[in-house]
Amino acid sequence: MKIHEYQAKQVYARFGIPVPRGRVATDPREAGAIARELGGRAVVKAQIHAGGRGKGGGVKIAKSPEEAEAIATSLLGRMLVTHQTGPEGREVRRVLVEETLDIEKEYYLGIVIDRAGECPVVMASSEGGVEIEKVAAETPEKILKFAVDPALGMSPFAARKLAYGLGLRRDAIQGAVGLLSGVYRAFVETDASLVEVNPLIVTKGGAVVALDAKMSFDDNALYRHPELKELRDLTEEEPLEIEASKHGLNYIKLSGNVGCMVNGAGLAMATMDIIKLAGGEPANFLDVGGGATAEAVTAAFRILLSDRNVRAVLINIFGGIMRCDVVAEGVVTAARQVGVQVPIVVRLEGTNVEKGQEILRASGLKFIVADGMKDAAEKVVASVRTSA
Amino acid sequence: MSVLVDKSTRLLVQGITGSEGTFHTRQAVAYGTTVVAGVTPGKGGQSLDGIPIFDTVSQAVLATGANASVVFVPPPFAADAVLEAADAGLPLVVCITEGIPTLDVVRVKAYLRRRGTRMIGPNCPGIISPGKAKIGIMPGHIHREGRVGVVSRSGTLTYEAVDQLTRRGIGQSTCIGIGGDPIIGTNFIDALTLFQADPETDAIVMIGEIGGTAEEEAAAFIRSNVSKPVVAFIAGQTAPPGRRMGHAGAIISGGKGTAAEKVAALRGAGIKVADSPATIGESLASVLR
Repeated sequence: MKIHEYQAKQVYARFGIPVPRGRVATDPREAGAIARELGGRAVVKAQIHAGGRGKGGGVKIAKSPEEAEAIATSLLGRMLVTHQTGPEGREVRRVLVEETLDIEKEYYLGIVIDRAGECPVVMASSEGGVEIEKVAAETPEKILKFAVDPALGMSPFAARKLAYGLGLRRDAIQGAVGLLSGVYRAFVETDASLVEVNPLIVTKGGAVVALDAKMSFDDNALYRHPELKELRDLTEEEPLEIEASKHGLNYIKLSGNVGCMVNGAGLAMATMDIIKLAGGEPANFLDVGGGATAEAVTAAFRILLSDRNVRAVLINIFGGIMRCDVVAEGVVTAARQVGVQVPIVVRLEGTNVEKGQEILRASGLKFIVADGMKDAAEKVVASVRTSA
Repeated sequence: MSVLVDKSTRLLVQGITGSEGTFHTRQAVAYGTTVVAGVTPGKGGQSLDGIPIFDTVSQAVLATGANASVVFVPPPFAADAVLEAADAGLPLVVCITEGIPTLDVVRVKAYLRRRGTRMIGPNCPGIISPGKAKIGIMPGHIHREGRVGVVSRSGTLTYEAVDQLTRRGIGQSTCIGIGGDPIIGTNFIDALTLFQADPETDAIVMIGEIGGTAEEEAAAFIRSNVSKPVVAFIAGQTAPPGRRMGHAGAIISGGKGTAAEKVAALRGAGIKVADSPATIGESLASVLR
């Protein structure tokens, strides 16, 4: 789960991480009022779940409360386009208004789980304020890494090693060590999958401050963080994906026109791949779960078909423990209820497959029965061509 | 022979009284697995189809001589269940549970390393040695006894691959579902090591997917350590970056973990990679010839 910068800064503050003074606003007048409280000069930052906001024109400095209000007026309600939003952009519904600070130097700080090392890894760089992927590609020697032993946590020596390694000025070391341990605690205690401070700054006065803040959380751990669950912003998510998650379905909308419904994530990805190999474009990823119950299949049908780009549907079920006749009945019931208007290619495999195919044939609905994944992909791509 | 599970396996089921635990215990018994005990805290003294149930894993091990465990415990309690199995000295724990927080698995793995316990999974279908025994949720009947080892991050895609092999008359020595999470107990290299050492495994099918670098590491390992033919498939060639494709570990992040990179690494190591999920069986048959 992703959250906004202003929310991440609230979480940071709970862990004693210094962040600029400021507040979030949903209307321009409020933005002006916050700027006034801060002494007039302020930075106004668009709050969307995407990076590259500065380059996209979503971060601006106001020299007065009136200017802050004007900037907020121009940002709020606008579709902000960055390299991460796609060409349609994301609507700005909130702006964060913060004090401006005298920056001496910008740094990068991030924590992720290192999959190969099986532990959290802290990354720090003297190249702050730019994309870390770019630094990693061009000057990897400028990224310091420290693999944290999960049993020890972030030891003071490790924080010192990173702080001195960054070449921080002497009077900033202590502040940096405190911030590093706070950021690590925030990562572990919220079950984060990513914490990123880019840039982390040292001010002319030697203070170490998280000027920007990014956090995302392990969805599997949210059950034990009810306070974090409330930070979810549904307006940032695809409506069909929200609907799918209510039914326990894993759905990701894509841009093609072949809808697909599959049991199991690996087989679902492989089905998308084989549609592409057959010359089609998948409209979605959809995993109905290993079991593929009638309820799940019905909900999945509704979601697939509410995507107006879908010209044909491929159902690929490998019935293992789940019997194919049960799956077939689910498919027939769901197709009747939903009133499907596009061609449906069904590939069933596994236990009772003949019975399952017989149920599909006897239903009177126009299913196209396929034999194997390749045949299914070819048939669904052909039916898109004829129905278009 | 086979790896990890066979006729000598004496299985203990953690979470045996839950609906999944009960169902798959019966399936395993029907397949021929020796299930010696169940564990559900608070239900010690009861039994399921004559299988005695205990309150703790150590009681169960002491009373029955169990030498492997399978975990069907819900996510909030699953990490603790794995720790309990390791504490009881079990050498093998198969964790089926999907949805365990990653940081829990990080801590569990650190403990398992000290205890010398091997975990398969989490978020996996389990392991099966066809004709001998199975620990997990895979349909037994699609398998056939034979000499090909299968290792995969996926569930139903593995069934698809196994089905293609069985239809061609190619049996399997052992199929290991290593799981779709970012951090897992047994990785490709561990499984490849077992298959390379198994005198009754002649060839290996390896099924990877987007996310992480386990396939790249496996490619380098195979080049210098595996003499048996390996055929691979990588799922997610059409997956968009930055999105988690069902499995917690299936995500392209920061431009890393793409299918293209993995396929290139495998081919670079001289491994045959099937372009299509429909030709995994055919590809394996071609290297056996």
